[in-house]
Amino acid sequence: MIEIRNIYKSFNEVSILKDVSFKFDTGKTNLVIGQSGSGKSVLTKCIVGLHDVDDGQVLYDGRDMQSMSNRKRKTIFKEIGMLFQGSALFDSMTVEENVIFPLSMFSNMTKDEMRDRANFCLKRVEIFDKNNLYPSETSGGMQKRIAIARAIALNPRYLFCDEPNSGLDPKTAIVIDNLIQDITKEYNMTTVVITHDMNSVLEIGENIMFLYEGENYWQGDRKSIVSTDSKEVNDFVYASKFMQDFKKRMV
Amino acid sequence: MLGGAFSRPDKLKVFWKRCVDEVMNLGVNSMGIVFIISIFMGMVITIQTASNIDSELIPKYTVGFTARQTIVLEFSPTIISLILAGIVGSRISSELGSMRVTEQIDALEIMGVNSKNYLVLPKILGFMFILPFIIIYSMVLGLFGGWVVGMASGIISSADYIYGLQYWFEPFSIFYALIKTVLFAFIIASVSSYYGYYVKGGSLEVGKASTKAVIWSSIAILFVNYLVTQLLLID
Repeated sequence: MIEIRNIYKSFNEVSILKDVSFKFDTGKTNLVIGQSGSGKSVLTKCIVGLHDVDDGQVLYDGRDMQSMSNRKRKTIFKEIGMLFQGSALFDSMTVEENVIFPLSMFSNMTKDEMRDRANFCLKRVEIFDKNNLYPSETSGGMQKRIAIARAIALNPRYLFCDEPNSGLDPKTAIVIDNLIQDITKEYNMTTVVITHDMNSVLEIGENIMFLYEGENYWQGDRKSIVSTDSKEVNDFVYASKFMQDFKKRMV
Repeated sequence: MLGGAFSRPDKLKVFWKRCVDEVMNLGVNSMGIVFIISIFMGMVITIQTASNIDSELIPKYTVGFTARQTIVLEFSPTIISLILAGIVGSRISSELGSMRVTEQIDALEIMGVNSKNYLVLPKILGFMFILPFIIIYSMVLGLFGGWVVGMASGIISSADYIYGLQYWFEPFSIFYALIKTVLFAFIIASVSSYYGYYVKGGSLEVGKASTKAVIWSSIAILFVNYLVTQLLLID
C-alpha cells in the first residue's frame, strides 16, 4: 500500500498541491483523476520521488520516502515500475533490449535468463516477434505494451501509469486498461493510474481520487462517481452534452 | 551535474559497455569528416606557405617546417576540436535533450539508475579517450596532404619537405597538443551534456540547447587554448 499524508507542493510560490492525503490500496487499480492542471502529474512525480514535497509524507508500505537518504530511496525505486505518457522507451535500444535494460542494471541474471524473462514479459503483454524492432518501428499501442513489459520485468510491488491511454484509439485504450488491471491482480501490485479518460474511470476505477485545484476533492469508486452530488465531479464526469443528456435520462 | 556524473557506476560491466559505445559514436564516427578536413587543410597550408616564401635566402625545407608547426600546434588540436564541438557537441546535446523531453531520463531515474552517471560520464570519458587519437590521426593526414600537394605541384621536393618536418622537432609540442586536446574533449562533452540534460520544453528547446552548447563549447575552447598556450609555451 502507498499512503500519502498531507502533501504540499508549490513552484515559484504557486501552490500546486494542498494538503493531499490518500491511500492507494494493494491489489487494486487506484485512479487519480482530475482536469488538466489540477496537479495530477505533479502529485505522481512527488510520490515517485522525482519531486521533493514541501511538506507531508509518502509512505511505501510504511516506509517514509521523504526522510530516506538517496541510497535508501534506490531500494524503493527498484520496486517501482512506471509507464509514462509517451512510453519513454529508449530509442537507441530494440524492443527486447528495452525490457532487458532494468534486468541488466539490477539483477544478477545471465544473458540467457534475462532474454527468457524479457520474452516472458513481452508475451504477457501480447507482443510477439517484435524483439528486434526499434520502438519507432512499432505502433503507439504496442509501445505502451512494451513499456508495461519493461515496467514489470523486475516484478515491481508498485506500478505507476501516467495517462496510459493518451493518443490511443478507444478500443486499444480499453485493451491497455484491462492489461493494467489484470497485471495488478496477477502480481498483487499497488497500481496508481493517472488519467482523465472517463472510459478508464468506468472500466478499471476501483479506488478513485478526484483532484481539484490541487486538493483531494472527492474519493470513491467507479460506481459512486456516477451518482455523486458533487458539482465539480459531475462537471468532470458529465463534461459532454451527450453525457449530460444521458444522465438526465437515467435520472 | 558533474558531481552526480562522477560517482560510482551502478554496474561496472554496463558502464564499460557504455564507454565503448560512446568511443564509437562520438569518436570513430567523426573520422570521415576529420580525414577530409585534415588532408585539404594540410594541402592549403603547404601551398600558402610555399607561395609566401619567395626569397632565395629562406631554405625550401621551411615549408615543411612551417606546415608541421602549424598543423601540430594549432590546426589539428584547436581547429579540429572547434569543428568537433559543432558535430559532436550538437549530437550530445540533442541526444540528451530528446531523452529529457520524451521522459527517458525520468524513466532511468525512476528505475533507480543514476542518469547523469549512466548517460553523461561515458560520453566525457569516451571522448577524452578518443579525441587524442583523432587529433594524432588529423596531424598525420595534414602533414601527408602537404607532402602530396608539394609533390604533385612541384613546389617542394619530397626530401626538402621531409627534412622540414624533422627540422628542430621538439617532442614537447606533441605533448602540448595532446594536453590541449584532452581538455577540449572534456569541455565539448561536459558543456554539451549540460545543455542537453537540463532542457525544458519541447523540440524547439532541444534545438536551442544544441546551438548554445556549440557556442559555449567553442568559446570555452578558445579561452582554454589561450590559457594553456600561455602556461605551457611561455617561459
